[in-house]
Amino acid sequence: MTDIRVQREPFDSGAELNRFLKRNATSGGVASFVGQMRDFRGTDRAHGQALAAMTLEHYPGMAERQLADVLAEAARRWSIDDVCVIHRYGEFAPGDPIVLVITAAAHRGPAFDACAFIMDWLKTKAPFWKREQTPDGKTAWVEAMESDDARAERWGQ
Amino acid sequence: MTVLYFSWVKEKIGLSEETVTPPADVQTVAALMAWLAGRSAGHAAAFADTRTIKAAVDQVHAPPTASIADAREVAFFPPVTGG
Repeated sequence: MTDIRVQREPFDSGAELNRFLKRNATSGGVASFVGQMRDFRGTDRAHGQALAAMTLEHYPGMAERQLADVLAEAARRWSIDDVCVIHRYGEFAPGDPIVLVITAAAHRGPAFDACAFIMDWLKTKAPFWKREQTPDGKTAWVEAMESDDARAERWGQ
Repeated sequence: MTVLYFSWVKEKIGLSEETVTPPADVQTVAALMAWLAGRSAGHAAAFADTRTIKAAVDQVHAPPTASIADAREVAFFPPVTGG
């Protein structure tokens, strides 16, 4: 069972998790990840540059399809009872939720691993592009990070 | 076929989508990029360094060597940055 949503609207992580728990009441382990918009660019807040807003562009159709492929690969590698993935596009302010991944399995191991795997693979495969805006109004496309490729590659092909 | 552009590729070209009919000898993603580069100054700027551009053929990631023979939709974009 999978639930894939690509949407402009914000989501309520707590409500989504509660709904997921309700429909997977007998799964022994449920893991979740929430990605939120940072209020800075760079590795840490002290040395980073402040951000005011962000726009996420996506490729409709391919985005859903790539997420489905990533979930299918996760299901092939781990015994998972259920997965929920929500990825937003559109306009964001710091603190806004961007992505939610929830996995359910009989035990915590596959739930944790599948959740991390799905995030790592979607970062390098799902067609979304971030454009950040600094407080002075200037915008710039975010460049892909080699560290994201490395995180995706650690799971093998 | 329909060609789609995203992110800065779209901005440099000034189009999000166009319908093209490449000549018969344009059979791969790489050849299509080279051919598209000749369409305008914007296209040339976008495809100036093709190593920085990724492609998808019918919504599946495709390397430069991939065939476009039966493609209905080819997309060009920078490496993805979602999540």
